[in-house]
Amino acid sequence: MSETTHDSDAQIAYGRTEWDDYHHLPTNTGLTNEKVTMWAFLGSDCLLFGALISTYLLLRNRVGPSTTGPTAADLFDIPFTSVSSFVLLMSSLTMVLAVTSIQRAEMERCKLWLLTTAGLGSIFIAGQVYEFTSFYREGLGFTTNISSSAFFTLTGFHGVHVSLGIVMLVTMWALVSGGQLGPERAETIEIIGLYWHFVDIVWIVIFAVVYLIP
Amino acid sequence: MNTVAVSEEETHDEHQDHGLSDVGYIKIALLLAVLTAVEVATYFWDFGVLEVPSLLILMVVKFQIVVSYFMHLKFDSKVFTYIFVTGVILAMVVFAAMGTSMVFWQNPSGCDLSAYC
Repeated sequence: MSETTHDSDAQIAYGRTEWDDYHHLPTNTGLTNEKVTMWAFLGSDCLLFGALISTYLLLRNRVGPSTTGPTAADLFDIPFTSVSSFVLLMSSLTMVLAVTSIQRAEMERCKLWLLTTAGLGSIFIAGQVYEFTSFYREGLGFTTNISSSAFFTLTGFHGVHVSLGIVMLVTMWALVSGGQLGPERAETIEIIGLYWHFVDIVWIVIFAVVYLIP
Repeated sequence: MNTVAVSEEETHDEHQDHGLSDVGYIKIALLLAVLTAVEVATYFWDFGVLEVPSLLILMVVKFQIVVSYFMHLKFDSKVFTYIFVTGVILAMVVFAAMGTSMVFWQNPSGCDLSAYC
């Protein structure tokens, strides 16, 4: 009863008379604020990674006036990183399958694909931890030289994004499992999916520009 | 009964307007896997002067495919495309601006300041 009163008050306050199917206020654009906000965030995140990639390219071959040591490019293990890239690419497929599953109200499949996506993301992160560790053992730390700082900052920021994505995926899995997220809120999974695909496309750029282009 | 059938058909059509079928997404993923394999092949075989241009083209094509199909920009509102493309263009401007430092921002001796020479 109180919820109904609250809803009516909100409708009056916003000058609206109808709610959409997902209990959002209608918007002028017809698009939900949550989805617009996620796209705006992803657009702004392009700037962050644009700056980090630019910085790395500027400094990739420079070790500084008083520091020595190898650059990251000297230690790349391309076959290993290729497998990691493939794993992250395939996680985009499982993510989109999770979205289509919840849109069709196939909750068990949705949970399976969400966990699979989180698992593939975890494999990617494990690979990155292994890569960082092997670099460190070969004498390339964060402060070894200016090139290594740029490399670790770029790939580290991407790794943090993937890790946050895994947390969001596991949270979605828990909400779906607990019945708190159903087909009527499929857009929530779709929005998390947008974030996940974004970290994938950022890696597509990093893999080509940082690892493969000599 | 008919009402239910029509409703399901409408829902199906609506879904088709907002993306591909699962099989369609799997085909897209296979295409991405093949493109990635071609990318990696440039590391093992010498592509000569074509190496960098082909890697850049493959990167752009993969980027475009993921954004268009997996992120649904091809099927979604153009507003999302405008928002995202604005971010990508600004990122490229940042890249171009920083790139100029390798060419233009030099001290009188002609030494690149960012090179610590």
